[in-house]
Amino acid sequence: MSGSPAAALEVSGLTARYGPIEVLHPTDLHVGQGELVAVLGPNGAGKSTLLRRIVGLVAGKGTVALGGANVPASDPRTCAMRGLVLVPEGRGIFGPMTVFENLDLGSYLATNKAEIRTRLERVFALFPRLKDRQKQLGGSLSGGEQQMLAIGRGLMAAPKVLLLDEPSLGLAPRLAEEIFVTLGELNKAGLSVLLVEQKAPLALKLAKRAYLLSVGRVVSEVTPDQIQSPHDLARYYLAAA
Amino acid sequence: MQRPDSRRLVRNALLALAAALLVYAFVAGGYLITVLGFAAIYAIFVTGLNFFMGYAGQVSFGQNAFAALSGYTSAVLTANYGWQPIAALPLGVVGAVVLAFVVGYPALRLRGHYLAMATLALGMIVYEIAVEWQSVTQGYMGISGIPPLGIGRWELNDPKYQLAFLIAVLVVALIAAYRLKESRFGMALAAIAGSEDAAKALGIDVARYKLAAFVIAAVYAAVAGSLMAHFVGFVSPEVFGLHMVISGFMMLYVGGIGSIAGPLFGALIVSLLPETFRAFKDYQDLAYGAALIIILIFAPKGAASLARFLPGSRG
Repeated sequence: MSGSPAAALEVSGLTARYGPIEVLHPTDLHVGQGELVAVLGPNGAGKSTLLRRIVGLVAGKGTVALGGANVPASDPRTCAMRGLVLVPEGRGIFGPMTVFENLDLGSYLATNKAEIRTRLERVFALFPRLKDRQKQLGGSLSGGEQQMLAIGRGLMAAPKVLLLDEPSLGLAPRLAEEIFVTLGELNKAGLSVLLVEQKAPLALKLAKRAYLLSVGRVVSEVTPDQIQSPHDLARYYLAAA
Repeated sequence: MQRPDSRRLVRNALLALAAALLVYAFVAGGYLITVLGFAAIYAIFVTGLNFFMGYAGQVSFGQNAFAALSGYTSAVLTANYGWQPIAALPLGVVGAVVLAFVVGYPALRLRGHYLAMATLALGMIVYEIAVEWQSVTQGYMGISGIPPLGIGRWELNDPKYQLAFLIAVLVVALIAAYRLKESRFGMALAAIAGSEDAAKALGIDVARYKLAAFVIAAVYAAVAGSLMAHFVGFVSPEVFGLHMVISGFMMLYVGGIGSIAGPLFGALIVSLLPETFRAFKDYQDLAYGAALIIILIFAPKGAASLARFLPGSRG
């Protein structure tokens, strides 16, 4: 299945290497406009590397296109400017800075004050708890709040495509679900999302499609109704191996 | 955790204490003037170091190289060629900026311990040049007869005036540092210190800003180096040796890394503390060392963070 010209994100032949070792083998995937696509896979499958590669935090070959236009995928700054925004694994909250300052840095590339204000109001509407804790230091937030802050900070960059790296990591199940409900709302509002997740059931509730990643390679592409139980997931992995 | 008003109170109290000390020095004169002069120069040096280490979260053991370059530039041009100190100083600073660009561009690709080693090497190389290039630096002998600061016939011969001038420069340096810290640039540096990858993903040009922080730190170090040459009237490799690096680090951590007032407090404490233990005679260094350890145990974020001992403070 290849992406239509209108694909929000289209990745082809993407590889990533750490020094001499290729950790991501040529990978193709796409995210349609307003689509939420998941990337599933076990620890060490290369999920985080894939996202880091897409925004240019890791070197490698291949092309990344946004809305049909190629992005120089070795330059995180250009990616951010074009609206390709990564919410990194482990959240990457700036601990000694306040919640407000963290969010403000999210709109680092924007200069229009009114526009920044609008984005901030939108994030506060989505995560009212961040509004209550504006002046609190990022590092003093709970895990769930930090994840909200990380997503909120990503949204402040006005993404066209949001890349999320394991938003459920280290969260209690109920908090993780709360975060996912919000992600669903964002997606319904039209945001294209590429979601990396280890907790497959959670991700498959939202995603229309999922790529299965194993040892640095996309081994298959599935839809949620193909995966009714963990056994199904295992079957797809084993079939590919 | 919010910034309590009590913290501001402590800061103001410490600043008042520093001011009182200054007034006393002006009235009493003598040795205290010299000690405070050194403290002011070091406060400028450490304010620059704070930029690179406290705000941008990097490491440099080689800031003495920039002080040495500028100090020697001032010394040679004024003592040997009769330049005006006020003309030699900017040239030394320009030299340090060029050196910071040339060294920083490749070195700042390194992180953590590797960056520390690379910068340490820079300091050692400049030290060796100061020792070996005898035709210019006069080796270990050093260069003496450096005139005090001044313009034309108005030399600041009285140490009191020199101290006043140093404090004026220090105030300008601190205000500039504050402005930069609160700017977008300062926020971006803090983001880099927090997480380089997260900062990059938000579109912050990490490599460029790290280099900018390194160059700014070099400017502060260079100004301090030139002022040192004119204040002491003498430079030698040892003046800008490893001792300068260690003192700078001590001041940064004792005063409070990452805060504007930290370098000022650190420079004052580390300069004055040994003097207060004179009565211990042979055990002076021991008492001084113990005092430093006690400060760092009870105020791990430095003297500038002592507000947390005040009642009502949640710091």
